[in-house]
Amino acid sequence: MSILECRGLVKRFGPTPALAGVDVTIEPGRIVGLLGPNGSGKTTLIKLANGLLVPTAGEILVDGKAPGRESHAIVSYLPERNSLPLWMTIQQLQDFYDDFFADFQRDRCEEMLDRLELHPTYKLKQLSKGNREKVQLILAMSRQARLYLLDEPIGGVDPAARDYILDTIIRNYNPEASVIISTHLIADVEKVLDEVIFIDRGQIFFQSSVDQIREEKGKSVDALFREVYRC
Amino acid sequence: MPWEFRTDVPIYTQLVAQIQQQIVTGQLAPGDRLPSVRDLAAQAGVNPNTMQRALTELERLGLVRSQRTAGRFVTDDGAVIRSLKEDLARSQIRDFLAGMAQLGFPLEEIVTLIQTEGEKL
Repeated sequence: MSILECRGLVKRFGPTPALAGVDVTIEPGRIVGLLGPNGSGKTTLIKLANGLLVPTAGEILVDGKAPGRESHAIVSYLPERNSLPLWMTIQQLQDFYDDFFADFQRDRCEEMLDRLELHPTYKLKQLSKGNREKVQLILAMSRQARLYLLDEPIGGVDPAARDYILDTIIRNYNPEASVIISTHLIADVEKVLDEVIFIDRGQIFFQSSVDQIREEKGKSVDALFREVYRC
Repeated sequence: MPWEFRTDVPIYTQLVAQIQQQIVTGQLAPGDRLPSVRDLAAQAGVNPNTMQRALTELERLGLVRSQRTAGRFVTDDGAVIRSLKEDLARSQIRDFLAGMAQLGFPLEEIVTLIQTEGEKL
């Protein structure tokens, strides 16, 4: 069964549709790039999958069920902006995850934080932007989830931190799980993706595997994106 | 070793080519055990499924064999490696000849040029 399925999914904010009838299916064991320019509906789709927004019409199913308590147990979500209390120490954040998520693997989390010399006594607010993002990603990837929803995980960090983040994603997702990465920094993530979904003005433009695009069009996903979304 | 990728060719074919190169140059010796798919993928910075696909292709070509519990190994069949080496050489020569043909050199002249250049080495 597919891990995420949308049928005729519509989400309106007032008169403007953020998603205008999305049909998409994502199978387990895939790393999928959700690619589109700003305002194309990437974050709206991810928030709907998380139950943070309710569809205006159509449906979205996570592991065959509408988002809710059951899906929260199997979905690990990394929001676009920091969502964790800044006053918390790294220690407290791990306690927090431990309390909320049965699939949180604390030893793995500690090991990754330790390797970056991010000490448990540090408060989130004392960390640089790059280190905050790394802590959040490490927490999200330390869960043994079935679906990871990563909203702009590499936005606003330097290229070395980007490599670290992508490496962490490759090393930590389990082969039965799926990862959805929303981003507009395509050249950086292209190599780690199985497939890409191009979204534009609330609609799915197309869905294809990365190597299929290269085989059929003889160009990278990044080059294709620039062509499709030329301003 | 560094992994580098061009943007216009499927990633898995580039992985196959780079691992072939490592086998031919002896960076990966006959009978060597390969790291796990996940470790190889992380080293190259690519998707594990793509690495898996490349390794399956190398198995099909007889350059890598997998042992059910022990992992994957570089072939220790010298003849297979030898013939890969010749294939790679032929493809280099074809590229070179195509380039020389574009410059307008007939084969006999190319051979003479190669000899004079070779003597300088």
